[in-house]
Amino acid sequence: MNPEIRSKYEVVIGLEVHAQLQTETKIFAADPASFGALPNTHISPITLGHPGTLPKLNRKAVEYAIKLGLAVGSKISDRQYFDRKNYFYPDLPKGYQITQDKTPICIGGGVKVKLKEGEKTVRFHHIHLEEDAGKMLHLDGESDSLVDYNRAGTPLVEMVTEPEIKSAEEAFQFMTEVRKLVRYLGICDGNMEEGSLRCDVNVSVMPVGSKVFGTKVEIKNMNSIRNVYRAIEFEIPRQIEMVERGEAIIQETRSFDANTGKTHGMREKESMNDYRYFPEPDLTPLIISEDWLSAVKTQMPALPWELFEKFTREYHLPEYDAGVLTDSREIAEYFEATCSFTNNYKAVSNWIMGTVKSYLNENNLEISDFSVSPERLAQLIILVDEDKVSNSTAAQKIFPELLKDSVKTPLQIAETNNLIQQSNTDSLQSLIDEVLAANQPKVKEYKQGKKGLLGMFMGEIMKKSKGSADPKVTTALLQKTLDSL
Amino acid sequence: MQIDQQTLQKIAHLARLEMSESSDHEMIDSLNSVLTWMEELNELDTENVQPLIHMTEEVNALREDKIVPNITREQGLLNAPKKDEEYFRVPKVME
Repeated sequence: MNPEIRSKYEVVIGLEVHAQLQTETKIFAADPASFGALPNTHISPITLGHPGTLPKLNRKAVEYAIKLGLAVGSKISDRQYFDRKNYFYPDLPKGYQITQDKTPICIGGGVKVKLKEGEKTVRFHHIHLEEDAGKMLHLDGESDSLVDYNRAGTPLVEMVTEPEIKSAEEAFQFMTEVRKLVRYLGICDGNMEEGSLRCDVNVSVMPVGSKVFGTKVEIKNMNSIRNVYRAIEFEIPRQIEMVERGEAIIQETRSFDANTGKTHGMREKESMNDYRYFPEPDLTPLIISEDWLSAVKTQMPALPWELFEKFTREYHLPEYDAGVLTDSREIAEYFEATCSFTNNYKAVSNWIMGTVKSYLNENNLEISDFSVSPERLAQLIILVDEDKVSNSTAAQKIFPELLKDSVKTPLQIAETNNLIQQSNTDSLQSLIDEVLAANQPKVKEYKQGKKGLLGMFMGEIMKKSKGSADPKVTTALLQKTLDSL
Repeated sequence: MQIDQQTLQKIAHLARLEMSESSDHEMIDSLNSVLTWMEELNELDTENVQPLIHMTEEVNALREDKIVPNITREQGLLNAPKKDEEYFRVPKVME
C-alpha cells in the first residue's frame, strides 16, 4: 500500500485472548478437561446441560485466574458473580455460556512489550473467567454437523486489552509475552495450534488525530502468533482502501485463512444486547478474601521479567543472553540451578545457549528431558575454568559422555579417557627437552632469529603428549627454555 | 415501555419461537399487561438498594479440582434426537 496514504491513518487494535486453564477438571463440573480424548467421553450431565443439574465452581480455576491477575498487576475483585450469556448455537447445549460480564475477576493491569522504538505497556481492560464451548465438525459430504462436547466447560480466562495496540508488530510481541507468561505461571500450555491459547483481533482505522474510532472488525481463527501478525497486516490496508474509496466498513466477524493470508467475512455481528446477559443464579457469589489472596501470592513463581532483571543485574549477563535464557521457565530454572554450583555465569549461559540448546534442538528434546544435571554441567565448566581440559575437549569429548553416563563426574570421564591437559611442568619440561634435543639444528636456526620455528616445536611437543599438553602453559615454558639456552 | 409487533418478533426470534399471525395480538397484549404491572415497581425508590442476585447468603460453594468418574458416551448420547456412535448430530450449521 502507498505509504503516503497509509500514513494518513491511525490503526486501533484490541485483542481478546482466551487461555484454557490447565486444570484437571472443567470449570463447573468434575469431568476431565484434558485435550485429545475420544469424542464425547469427557462429559457429564452438567456439561450436557441437562435440566436439574447444578454447576459448581472449580477452586483451582479461580486461583489460576488470580495468579494471572497478580502477575500482570490487575486489581483482583473481592466480590464477584457469574452471568449467563444467552445464544443459540449447538456448541453449548445449555443455550447460554456462563461467563463474568459485570464483575470480572481481574481489572486493569498490563504487559510490557519490547518494541524497536522502546518499551510499551499494553493494558488490560479486564480479565474474566468463563467456560469454553464444544467443538463443531462440519464435514464435506455430511448433511449434519457433528458435535463433540469434550471441550465444553473447559475453564478459560479471557484477557481483554484496551484498544491501544497500534500495529501488527505490537500485537505479535504482546502475544509472545502473554504466551511466555501463562507458561511460566503453569496455568496454560500456550499451544495455539491445539487452540489452548486463542486470539481474536479487533481492528479499526481512523484518520490520524481523529477522536472517533472507525467501525471495528473482528478477526478469528489464527492458530499461531505469526498468523495474528499476518491477519492484521492484511486487514489494515483492506480497511484503509475501503475508506479511501468512500465505502462504509461493516461491523462483522472475519475469518483468517492461513493459506491465502487473507480475511473473509463470516457473519454480521448481532447487536450486543442480543446476548441478554443476566446473573447466573445457580452459582453462589465468589468472595476473594485477603487471606486467600495472600495464599495464592506465596505460590507465585518468579516471572520472566523478574528473571531477566536478575540475570542482567546480578549475573551481569548481556541482555541478549538474558532474553534467550528467560524465554522458557524451564531453561531459566536450569540456568539458575547451574549457577548455584559455579560463579562463571557467562560460561553457564554460553553452554546452555550453545552446546546444550543445539543438542536439544537436534534431538527434538525439551530441557526437562535433558539428562545432564545442572551440577554435572557446572562440574564440566569448572574443569575448563581450572584449565584441566580445553573448551573444545569439554564440548566435543566429555559432553557426549555425560549424556551417556549419568554416574561418572566430568573429571572421572576426563581421567579415564586421558583428556586431562598436562600443565604439570616437570613432565612438560622433559617433553620439551626431548624435542629440543632431537632438533638441535633447528634450535640453532631459532637462536639466529628464525622465530617462526616456535610453532614447529609446539607441534612436536603436542604430538608427543598426544594432545594432552595445555597449549598456554606449554608455550610459556617452551619460550622460557629456548631463551635460557 | 410498550411491546409492538417488531419487538415481539425480535424476542420470538431470540428465543427461537415461532409466532403465528393470529396469536401475535394476544401475545402483545399479554406482555404489555406484564410490563404495565412491573412498572408499578418503578414507583419505589431503589437508589440505595443493591440488586438482589442470590436468594441465600451462601458464598464460595467451591469444588476441589478432582476428576469424578461420570457418565459414559453411550449414556450421554442416549437422549440425543440425532447421533451416531461418537457424535451428537445437529442440522448442518456453517459459520
